[in-house]
Amino acid sequence: MQWLAKRIGQALFTLWAVITLSFVLIRFLPGGPIDYLVVQLRKQGIPESQISNYVRNYVSFQPDQPLWLQYLDYMASVLQGDFGEAYFLDGQVFDILAQALPWTVFLAAIGTFLTTVIGIVVGGFMAYTEGSKFDTGVTLFSTIAGGIPYYILAIGLLYVFAYRLQYFPTGGQVDPELVPGFKWPYIESVLYHAALPILSTTLVGWGGTALSMRGNSISVLGEDYIRIARLRGLPRRRIAIRYVARNAMLPMYTGILLAIAFMLGGSVILEEIFAYPGVGYYLFQGTVSRDYPVMMGGLIMISTAVIIGVLIADLTYSKIDPRAAGEGDRESY
Amino acid sequence: MASQQSDGERVETEIPFRTTAETDVSHREQFLYSVDRLLIAPFRILWADWRARVGFLIILLYVLMGTVGVLVNPVPTAGMDERYLQPFHDGWLTFESVSVLGLHLPLDPVIYLPLGTDALGKGLWSQIVHATPSMLKMIIAGAVFSTVVATILGTLAGYKGGYTDRSIMTLADITMTIPGLPLVIIIAAALQPENPYIIGLILGINNWAGLCRAVRSQVLSVRERNFVEASRAMGLSTPRILVDDIIPDLMSYVSIHFVTAARGIIFESVGLYYLGILPFTTFNWGVMMNLAYTTSGALYTWQSAHWLFIPMITITVLSVGLILFSQGLDRIFNPRVRARHVKSVSSADDDEEQTSPMTTVPTN
Repeated sequence: MQWLAKRIGQALFTLWAVITLSFVLIRFLPGGPIDYLVVQLRKQGIPESQISNYVRNYVSFQPDQPLWLQYLDYMASVLQGDFGEAYFLDGQVFDILAQALPWTVFLAAIGTFLTTVIGIVVGGFMAYTEGSKFDTGVTLFSTIAGGIPYYILAIGLLYVFAYRLQYFPTGGQVDPELVPGFKWPYIESVLYHAALPILSTTLVGWGGTALSMRGNSISVLGEDYIRIARLRGLPRRRIAIRYVARNAMLPMYTGILLAIAFMLGGSVILEEIFAYPGVGYYLFQGTVSRDYPVMMGGLIMISTAVIIGVLIADLTYSKIDPRAAGEGDRESY
Repeated sequence: MASQQSDGERVETEIPFRTTAETDVSHREQFLYSVDRLLIAPFRILWADWRARVGFLIILLYVLMGTVGVLVNPVPTAGMDERYLQPFHDGWLTFESVSVLGLHLPLDPVIYLPLGTDALGKGLWSQIVHATPSMLKMIIAGAVFSTVVATILGTLAGYKGGYTDRSIMTLADITMTIPGLPLVIIIAAALQPENPYIIGLILGINNWAGLCRAVRSQVLSVRERNFVEASRAMGLSTPRILVDDIIPDLMSYVSIHFVTAARGIIFESVGLYYLGILPFTTFNWGVMMNLAYTTSGALYTWQSAHWLFIPMITITVLSVGLILFSQGLDRIFNPRVRARHVKSVSSADDDEEQTSPMTTVPTN
C-alpha cells in the first residue's frame, strides 16, 4: 500500500515538474513566447494597454504581474485543462489536442505491444536454439534492423509503398468519407492508414527486445532450478513457458517502460512524416509556426500520456514480481 | 577489475615519502605500463570480436571522412554537373595515364561525382562528406556531456546513499519520463542554434538518466567491496575514493553508454534537420533528405531516388557501426559473456566459468 502511494505520488510529482518546466520554457526562453507574442500583437496594431490581456488568452498568465502570481495562474489553468488559445489554429488548445490524443495513444500502444510480443517470442526461440543458423541469422538481422532510425525506415516505406507503388495512403488517419463507428469498413480504413507508421516502429524495434530476451533466457537456462525441473521430468513445454519465459521476461520491464516513452515521444517525427494528425503532428505544426500554446500543450499532453503509461506498467509489474514492491533503504555514508 | 590489479602501485605513489626517490625512468616505465594496460590490451581483446572490429572500422571511416575527406573533396556548389546525375554514372571512375618508364599506363584513378548530383547539380558525395565534421562535433559535445553528467550523478547517488541518492534518482526518473524528443524540438526551435557543439549539448540534455541509474546500481555493489572499505578506513576523502576506487570499475558502462549516446544524438540531429527545426546553415544529411523529399516532384519519380536514399544509407551504416561497436564492448565487459569469450580463445578462468548445458558453441 505504502509502495502504491509512493508510485502515485511520484507520478504526480513528475507531472508537476513537467508543467513547471513548461512554464519556465515559456517565461524564460530567450526570444521565446512572450516576446514573440508581444511583438506579433504590436504588429497587428493592438493598443499597448490591451496587449497584456491578449497574452493572457494565449498563455494563461499576464506577463506584467509578479512572477509567483504568473506561476500560480499558469498552474491553475493547466490543471483545469486550459492550455490557452491556439495562435494560428482555430479554437482552444486543449480541444484540438484532446481529439488528437487517442490516435497517438493508438499508434503507440499497438507499436509497443507488437514490439514486445514479437521480441519476446523470437528472443525465446533464439535462446533455445542458441548457436544455430536461426539464432545467428536473426541476431545479425535484428542488429542491423535495430540500427536503422525509425524515421529513416518511415520515409523509405512512404516513398516506396505510398508514393511510388501506391499500395498505402500517403497521409491521414482514416478515409474522411466514412462515418465513425465500430463497423468493419471504418476499422479497416483506420488500420490501413496506420499500417505504415506501425510497421516502421515495429520493424526497427523488435530486434532490441529479442536480443535482450535472448540474453535473459540464456542466463535463466543456466540456473539450477531449471536443471532441477528437467530432473523432475517436467515436460519441455512447461519448463519453457512457466520457468524460463516468465523469469526471463521480468528484466525486460524497464525496456517496456522506455518503449512507451520512446513511442509517444517519437510520435512528433513519425506523425509529421505520415501526416497523421495526432498530438505529435500538432506539436510539430505548432513548433514550425511558433504557436507556443500548442507547443507547450503538446509537451504537457505527451508527457502526461507517458506518465500514465509508465504508472500502469509499474503497477501491473508489481503484481507479477512482488520483489519490486519492497525496496529497502540503505545505510548512508 | 582494473582497479584491483592496479592497487599495488597506486598505493606506492600515494605514500608521500617515496615519491622523491622515484626516477624518470620509472615514471616512463609506469607510463608505458599504463598505456599497455589501458589502451593496448583492451584494444587487442576488442579486435578479437568481429562486431567490435566491424564497428570500429565503420567509425574510423566516418572519422576519416570528417577530417581528411573534407580536405580532399571539393566544397559542393550548385551546377557541378547536370541535374540528377545518377550514382556510379558512366565516367565516375576514370584513369589518367601516367608515364612509367616511357610507357603511358592508365594508373592514376580520378573519381568524379561518384554518387551523382541533386536537383541543383550539387555533388552528393561532397555533400555527404562535408556534413560529417559538424556531425562529429555534435556527437562529441552531446555524448561527452551526458556521459560526464551521468557518471558524476550516478556515482554520487550510489556512494552517498540516503537523501542525496533519493533526490538524484527522483531527478533521473523525471528526466526519463519527460519525452526527450518533443522537449528537444521545442528548445531547438526557440533557440535556433547554429554551433554544432551547442546543438550537441541540447540533444544530450535528456539521455543521461539511463546511464545514471546503471552507474548507481553498479556503485552499490562496488562500494561494499574490501578495497573500498580499506580506503574508507584509511580516511581518504570521498572524492578521492570515488575517483580512485569506484570510477575505474564503471568504465564498461560508461564506454558503452558513450556509444549509445552518440547514436541517439545522430538520430535526433538528423531528424531535427530533416524536419527543418534546426536552421539549414550547414551541410547535413537531414537537410539533404528534407530537400530531396520536399523538392517539387522528387517523390513522384525514381529519377531522384538516389538523392533521398544516399543520406539514408549513410546514417544507417554509421548507426549500425555504432551498435556493433557497443555490442562488441558489451561482450568484453560483461563478465558472463566474457567468461565464455575467454574460454573460446582457450584461457583458463575457472571461477567465472558458466556451466550452461546448452552452450557448447560460442555465440559470435
